[in-house]
Amino acid sequence: MDRSGDMLRVAIWRSRGDGGGFAHYDVPREASQTVLDVVTYVQRRLEPSLAYRFACRVGMCGSCAMTVNGVARWTCRTHVARVADGDRLEIAPLANLPVVKDLVTDMREFFDKWARARGRFGGARTRRDDFARVDPASPARRAADAGIECIGCGVCYASCDVVRWRPDFLGPAALNRAWTLVNDSRDTAQRERLAAVAGDAGCHACHTQGSCTERCPKHIAPTAAIAGLKRATARAAVRGTLGAEPR
Amino acid sequence: MRRASDWRAHRHPSWWAFVAHRVSGLALAIFLPLHFLALSTALRGDAALDGFLRYTERPLFKVAEWGLVVLLAVHLAGGVRILMIEFAPWSGLRKDFIALTCGAGIVAGLAFALALVH
Amino acid sequence: MKRAAAATAAGRSDAAGRVLADAIRQGRRWYWQRMSAMVLALCVLVHLVTIVYAVRAGLSAEAVLARTRGSLAFGAFYGVFVLACAVHVPIGLARIAEEWLGMAPRVADAAASALAWLLAALGLVAVYGMVAG
Repeated sequence: MDRSGDMLRVAIWRSRGDGGGFAHYDVPREASQTVLDVVTYVQRRLEPSLAYRFACRVGMCGSCAMTVNGVARWTCRTHVARVADGDRLEIAPLANLPVVKDLVTDMREFFDKWARARGRFGGARTRRDDFARVDPASPARRAADAGIECIGCGVCYASCDVVRWRPDFLGPAALNRAWTLVNDSRDTAQRERLAAVAGDAGCHACHTQGSCTERCPKHIAPTAAIAGLKRATARAAVRGTLGAEPR
Repeated sequence: MRRASDWRAHRHPSWWAFVAHRVSGLALAIFLPLHFLALSTALRGDAALDGFLRYTERPLFKVAEWGLVVLLAVHLAGGVRILMIEFAPWSGLRKDFIALTCGAGIVAGLAFALALVH
Repeated sequence: MKRAAAATAAGRSDAAGRVLADAIRQGRRWYWQRMSAMVLALCVLVHLVTIVYAVRAGLSAEAVLARTRGSLAFGAFYGVFVLACAVHVPIGLARIAEEWLGMAPRVADAAASALAWLLAALGLVAVYGMVAG
């Protein structure tokens, strides 16, 4: 059914002082309209002071993630027709992150945790060494490949209740990235990484709620990565190598 | 300020499985010490245990017992699902196990109810 | 596992060592909760079947105690069951206390340890009562 010509009743979160509330706008429906189209319309035609983030608008950068009708999504890849509640749409910033203004969240804590989880490759080879040989069909490489497409959009972080309950929790994205590196045979920072992701700030606080895996727009499964980290850290702890300096 | 997710973010089976597992675990944890205390009346002889057991013949008790049996079965099945996710090769969020958990609760509930009225 | 963990943590500066020691302790807790869960999976399955069977036969002291009195098998099985519960239950409750009641981790852990001893004591006394009487 072509709904263009109808009006959408859109509630958009606006910052006010230390808090905020929903402001209401009427936006004409178009065919194949995305939620990002709606936000753009409001900012260009109705409310120039509305703050929001986007970049590629084609589902590659992850900048446009917001909470749409209560669920974290990429707004550029979310068709209004699929998520509108009748003619109502509610758009808010991502949960679990400090709100800078309106629909924009401060992503620093998200990326800081990425770094704290040792989500950075550490190698020993130089350009003078031969290429590393990695069998793409090996279980470790397959495990890594399953998680490397993460673009750091924050949807999983915003969807996770453990992030809300435990401010220190590194979160699904950081732990997923750590797992891809744990499985990277070229990486030499394994001991520090496993120490970084162990404990209640790390993988052991995950309760397998699965919201991250359910909501990831790239269909990555942080739940799988975290399960792997639990096994890897337990193994290292038993062997006494967790965090130990290499002899 | 930060915004928190509300119930709309929780409308997926894996989340309900988590809630069921946690709530059932909590209920069982509260019940367990009472269960141990009740059974230790046997220390004071058969008559003491018998006295307690007759007390549990009341309908309210039987309903509570039935509830605990169902919660135990749910917690068991849900727990096996967690063990599968954490230790077995990855195969998604094991939603088939969620269905199995519901089934386990139903089977346990039916078996216990039938045993009661037998 | 404890000695190896202490050795790795000892080689670090104070704050880092404490963080690492905490992480190792929490990881160990996860491990024991999962191990006790595996034991409990078997025990609970047997227990559920037993309970349904016992309820059918009628719950009276004579009926129950006739089977448990002097039974080494009963004592061994339920002794293991009690110990697995004593490990498994407090760890789960401590998580709930931290996450939903905002309890401090060290307080939750201390309470969990106390509860573990309490459950073990109460449970083993109950098993003893039903076996030895």
